[in-house]
Amino acid sequence: MDLRLEGVSHRYDALPVLEDVDLAACDGEILAIIGPSGCGKSTLLQLAGGLIQPSGGTVTMAGAVPPDCLNPITYVFQDFALLPWRTVAGNVALALEHHPLARTELRDRVADALSRLGLSEFADALPRQLSGGMRQRVGIARALVVNPAVLLLDEPMSALDAQTRELLIDDFLGVWLQQKTTALYVTHNLAEALRLADRVAVFSRRPGRLREVVAVPIPQAERNQPAARLELAKIQDALWSLIRDEASAADREMAHV
Amino acid sequence: MSETGASGLGGERRPVPFRGGGFVLRPHRIAGAAGLLALIALWQIGSTRGWISALMAPAPSEVLAALGVIAADGTLAVHLGASLGRIGSGWALGTATGLAAGLAMGMFSLARAAGLPVVSALFPIPKIALLPLLILWFGIGEPSKVATIALGTFFPTAIATFSAVDGVPRSLIRMAQSFGVPAPRIVWSIVLPGALPGILAGFRITASIALILVVAAEMIGAEFGIGAFILQAGNLMRTDQLLAGVVVLSVLGLLVAALLSWAEWVLLRWR
Ligand SMILES: Nc1ncnc2c1ncn2[C@@H]1O[C@H](COP(=O)(O)OP(=O)(O)OP(=O)(O)O)[C@@H](O)[C@H]1O
Ligand SMILES: [Mg+2]
Repeated sequence: MDLRLEGVSHRYDALPVLEDVDLAACDGEILAIIGPSGCGKSTLLQLAGGLIQPSGGTVTMAGAVPPDCLNPITYVFQDFALLPWRTVAGNVALALEHHPLARTELRDRVADALSRLGLSEFADALPRQLSGGMRQRVGIARALVVNPAVLLLDEPMSALDAQTRELLIDDFLGVWLQQKTTALYVTHNLAEALRLADRVAVFSRRPGRLREVVAVPIPQAERNQPAARLELAKIQDALWSLIRDEASAADREMAHV
Repeated sequence: MSETGASGLGGERRPVPFRGGGFVLRPHRIAGAAGLLALIALWQIGSTRGWISALMAPAPSEVLAALGVIAADGTLAVHLGASLGRIGSGWALGTATGLAAGLAMGMFSLARAAGLPVVSALFPIPKIALLPLLILWFGIGEPSKVATIALGTFFPTAIATFSAVDGVPRSLIRMAQSFGVPAPRIVWSIVLPGALPGILAGFRITASIALILVVAAEMIGAEFGIGAFILQAGNLMRTDQLLAGVVVLSVLGLLVAALLSWAEWVLLRWR
């Protein structure tokens, strides 16, 4: 399925955050979104999933949803958003419980999602017993258990330390390559964007405008190979020169609220 | 080069002095029981030696004996039953309505805007002061006492529930919405469990308030009940029975606290 934002603007009261954004995540791609702090990336993602209404413009989706899809547009959260009183399996089951599923089907789907992220042996653990990486695995399992058509990920790795992040990116990519679910992936980390994304959308500082969309013409599975490294480094340099001045200006901006 | 090798610095090696420790409380079960027993033993010795007047403060053994007598002849059961009935119905009524009001104020802006000033204004009134008014409304019988306890527990419950609901992370609610979970289920699966620690802490307060109010209300006008029993014993200068009644109240309070601790242990194991 694809997800399209057309002429989308958003303001919080008097604060314009996004201006006239035309952006589409095409079927089966990961579209990374980068931009300076406060430029409206999280807002964009909330608009894309219908959690807030845009002040202007439209958000539309088109195309078939996968079979058994229970929640076409599904989020993975930066702070994991796990219920501390539920076990790992219970947290994943939360996404299914309000659907009319037989008890056995619910159990099977949860077990399948857990095993895809290597969480089977933690099914009965509570979130507080898990490391950050494992908690985000639960967040991803909860998103996958509904067979989403579009994944919206808001800095899903930024609460993790660098090594955990590397491991989880590999795992996420492994799972993603099996189904190639359309994904919007917000990140601050250029290397992360270049490991995962088919295209990278670069935003200006607030009010966020789409500056450029950079394609990464190497299949994700091949990006670890030495041959790809050089080209990826070139793209990374190009991206960095695009955002450096904006990031520095955004960094020096004072809040007027 | 070895890690512990030559330092190159002259002078004697000195150990770094230890400055931590202390300020950590460890449970001491035996010491706790011993303190209580020592107090009772001291009292008993004081009474048998004649240091303490038998009329003003009878020996623990006599209080125990009086307790045995009223337990055996059924007096205790009648009075305790009357008090427990009032506490039970008053607390249940106040808690149910307080929970509903607190939930509403925690979740709906209109309910909060309208309800919070009212609740905050009425909360500090000592509810026993309303008993005469309630007696005028409902008569001297059970309803006025139950209403006093219900009023006394309603406000703390409403405020505890309100702030507990307010403290449930909004991110969890947004998460549930993003999965299409319907609103009633969000209340049941996220708001209530998230607010439960605060609600249970409120129960601790309302349980002791209910105990205070039942005794006070029974002293103002009741034939049966622990409060009435203590008052009658005082009028007859039966200090052994009076203290037996006080012991019953203390045990009752301890039992309720233990029950709540158990409930917290069962329901909040995830913390
Ligand atoms: N609910 C809100 N009400 C008012 N202002 C908001 C709200 N949410 C965000 N903002 C403001 O809108 C701007 C954009 O916020 P947003 O969270 O979308 O940025 P972001 O690009 O995700 O930033 P970051 O990189 O720090 O996550 C910020 O200046 C923020 O302070
Ligand atoms: Mg953000």
